[in-house]
Amino acid sequence: MPTVSFTSALRRFLTASSAQVEGGTVGEALAAVFASQPALRGYVLDDQGTLRRHVAVYVNGEMVSDRVRLSDPVGPHDEIYVFQALSGG
Amino acid sequence: MAERLHVGTRKGLFELARHNGAWEIVDAHFLGDPVSAVLASADGTVYAALDLGHFGAKLWRRDRDGAWRELAAPTFPPKPDDAADDPHPWSLGRIWALEPGGVAGRLWAGSMPGGLFRSDDAGATWSLNDALWRMPERRQWMGVAGGEQPGISSVLIDPGNPSDIRLGVSTGGVWASTDAGISWRLINRGMYNEYMPPERREDPISQDVHQLARCLAHPEVMWCQHHNGVFRSGDAGVSWQEVTAIRPSKFGFAVVAHPRDADTAWFVPATKDERRIPVDGKLVVARTRDGGKSFEVLTEGLPQRHAYDLVWRHGLAVDGSGERLAFGSTSGGLWISEDGGDSWTAPEARLPPVSVVRFAEA
Repeated sequence: MPTVSFTSALRRFLTASSAQVEGGTVGEALAAVFASQPALRGYVLDDQGTLRRHVAVYVNGEMVSDRVRLSDPVGPHDEIYVFQALSGG
Repeated sequence: MAERLHVGTRKGLFELARHNGAWEIVDAHFLGDPVSAVLASADGTVYAALDLGHFGAKLWRRDRDGAWRELAAPTFPPKPDDAADDPHPWSLGRIWALEPGGVAGRLWAGSMPGGLFRSDDAGATWSLNDALWRMPERRQWMGVAGGEQPGISSVLIDPGNPSDIRLGVSTGGVWASTDAGISWRLINRGMYNEYMPPERREDPISQDVHQLARCLAHPEVMWCQHHNGVFRSGDAGVSWQEVTAIRPSKFGFAVVAHPRDADTAWFVPATKDERRIPVDGKLVVARTRDGGKSFEVLTEGLPQRHAYDLVWRHGLAVDGSGERLAFGSTSGGLWISEDGGDSWTAPEARLPPVSVVRFAEA
């Protein structure tokens, strides 16, 4: 099963623990995480289910290509990492 | 009179209380996070909307037990195929206005990109007002400075008739519902927008309504700080007359109306739209007590040299007595008056830029 991890910046707001979940795509793996941690969804995805503009998802160190439908495939040993680039002053 | 004041800033929510005649910060919440709207009750309940940017708009409530809990923020429904050409996103950008609905448990939230949301369970669940969102004219709303999206910055409920609602849209005019949001009309006449092409200057939907205020005891009386001036309405927003006596300048964002006196309102003018600082570096509040025929320029306790403070739409507040006022600035200044604006004091603080100031009301 792929592993999904989240930036520590999210832990200020809510539980965002790493999890091994079922899923053949990035979207399916994230959906599996949100099923057990529903409050997390709105921090990562917008109202239409696409990645928030400043949130990035990498699979094994490579940025995903489909930010809208999250269709990038993932295998059972892949590591999905969700993070963001904080900015501002 | 209100004994608590909440100040939302770019980097947290600050709570002030009045002790021995002086206001002081007694608590700070959400330090580091931008606060975009606040609603507070005298019983200790506080709603705080956060604009986290990367992670979206969030909504929290502090209950009477003192604990903060995150609520499910309003969300837009799935975007249907027939809305593919909608110029505005179907996703919550920022909660910009939070108002009690006049019915137990009811709240209204105005947002960027222009969705109006209603809760009937004290914020636990929200639904988009579909009637307004589906008005064809809504697609003509335009984004405003400080945000690429249009936004509902004013939500004004007639306390005697909670079905009677007025909205101020930046930018898209004044909207009315008299049936609790089942139907809406664009109602404003008499305003003009200097920056629009000549043929659209007086078009109601082209009016850049920065902020609206409504007299609680006389809800037919409304005030508007418009992009290019001040306007007043005596018929609940249908027809507007320009208030040319405003001093020292007619540009600004904030306005509040006296809760009982239909002739009294306060503004914090800035020089003009391309120079958003106080005239001559003197921070002042403009007050009318005769329905806009004349204005007093109030300065006592306010910095009169090298002050470059700007006050945003929700940065000025008046309490239910009409005597206590407060305003906060983009430079992090905060001033409070207990005599209707005659004199002002500044609590000891250097705050982040202030977006919203709100008294806790019964």
